[in-house]
Amino acid sequence: MSDLGSAPVPPLAPDDHVRGEGSDAPRVVYADYECPYCAVLCHRLAGTGERWVFRHFPVKSKHPRAWAAACAAEAAGLQGRFWEMHDALLADQGRLEDPHLWARAAALGLDVDRFDADRRSDAVAARVQRDFESGIRAGVVTTPTAFGDGTMQAGPDAALS
Amino acid sequence: MSVVEPGTPAPDFKLRREDYRRFTREDLLGRTTVLVFYPFAFSAVCTDQLNLYEEVLDQFAAQGATLYGVSCDSTEAQRAFKEKLGITIEQLSDWEPKGATCRAFGVYFEKGGMPTRALVMIGPDGVVQWSWEGEHPGVLPGANLIFDALAAR
Repeated sequence: MSDLGSAPVPPLAPDDHVRGEGSDAPRVVYADYECPYCAVLCHRLAGTGERWVFRHFPVKSKHPRAWAAACAAEAAGLQGRFWEMHDALLADQGRLEDPHLWARAAALGLDVDRFDADRRSDAVAARVQRDFESGIRAGVVTTPTAFGDGTMQAGPDAALS
Repeated sequence: MSVVEPGTPAPDFKLRREDYRRFTREDLLGRTTVLVFYPFAFSAVCTDQLNLYEEVLDQFAAQGATLYGVSCDSTEAQRAFKEKLGITIEQLSDWEPKGATCRAFGVYFEKGGMPTRALVMIGPDGVVQWSWEGEHPGVLPGANLIFDALAAR
């Protein structure tokens, strides 16, 4: 728990999004799909190959499409393609409107009607909200913020130093 | 100088609202207020902090708390800042006489000519219920600190 946190970062849950190989205690990254610094950090983490966890922290007033993008990733996850959608969102942050989300879903071979219903569902909203709330409790203020080795680090270089 | 301690009555002060009306100690009475002192409009860290609070503003309101941003920027600069951020948190200006209210709350950083990053929660009786001040302006207080303070009332 960081000095400014009210609760520790929740431990790994079965439905957490975990990528890479290795550590039993992977870093946990709170990030937002419309945040350019998050794109940089996620790209760098992918390059290291280390095991890490992605959690949603969409800040709507700063990034108006962040919430919709988070829900799109979760909806893709329900069809087993979370990370593919995650990469597709971060690869082109200038195109996050609904038609762009549908186009990504189609390009990934998803059932687009199901994707569209899922991304607007209460269950997906609750899943995104769960991550956001846990980040708030842990003291996240800005994105990206990474937790690992008992420390909290913010910014595109978080988790890499 | 350090931030006013819990249990202390809020000092007398005058701030300017966005519509140029005065905001004084009288405006604190009858409800819970959180004054969010921040160093400068348009600085990156302030931006993150206020955007985050905006996300959970309804949760603060559900607990009866009203938030205000306070800085020594002019009302015009604060309005432009608020518009840029896309937030609804009302801004209060301590522009003239510059920093007088920040000094009264113990959060004015003389060398920088700005408030330190601080939070002051005042109860409906006008008494400070909780306060927080960062070691330096780069330390960001999360919304969790305010929720904790509200829960501890």
